[in-house]
Amino acid sequence: MTQHELSGAVSALRPRLLRFAHLQLRDTSAAEDVVQDTLLAATERAHQFAGAAAVSTWVFAILKNKIIDEFRRRSRQPQADVDVEQEQGLEDALEDQFDERGHWVSHPTPWADPQASLEQKRFWAVFEICISGLPEKTARVFGMRELLGMETEEICKELGLSTSNCWVLLHRARLGLRDCLSRRWFGEN
Amino acid sequence: MLSCREETELMSQRLDRPLSFGERFGLRFHLLFCRGCRATQQHFAFLRTATRAWREHHDVDSIPR
Repeated sequence: MTQHELSGAVSALRPRLLRFAHLQLRDTSAAEDVVQDTLLAATERAHQFAGAAAVSTWVFAILKNKIIDEFRRRSRQPQADVDVEQEQGLEDALEDQFDERGHWVSHPTPWADPQASLEQKRFWAVFEICISGLPEKTARVFGMRELLGMETEEICKELGLSTSNCWVLLHRARLGLRDCLSRRWFGEN
Repeated sequence: MLSCREETELMSQRLDRPLSFGERFGLRFHLLFCRGCRATQQHFAFLRTATRAWREHHDVDSIPR
């Protein structure tokens, strides 16, 4: 692959990079910034691209690191009051699913053929809406774990959280997403 | 015996760390008798499948958009 072909292949990835970054950073200009940095870094480091991996794999690896840098930066900033309130709101909503003994108030029911949803364009729109609806900090930890594919220990270290705190946030994210997908896609209730 | 709420914590943590023998045993026993938690288990497993598919889409472009 010539230098010219490589830079063409990298630029062609831009819409996918943006979509990937946007779901996690939840902010259009922040997503554009990391994607811009990524494209620049890929161009500068073109000589490092060995051709062994697919161009997309290589570029996405650069983007993931940029997103982690941004998360690290954000985690050092004080949490906004509105975020604290949203976290508490989700926590309260999830607590309401259980009675005082910790049993289900109303039993969740199985989803019918969830695998088939993966082929449906509309499912992915709902999936992204549900992730975007999570409070910021919960979404960040869940995104690092499931969308960036990081190990829990690594996430705690990057964000300066205790392991048990990470588990609490992941549990909250999963119950929240389960609830959202049940209501908005699988038609429970 | 743990409550449903506590079992959902274990079901979530199972996706992030290996559970101990006791935890696995307790969870399996609980699931035998609790359909709400069985459904939750399915939901959590599917979330893992869906996020993985979302992530892989960016490399192989297999998800319809």
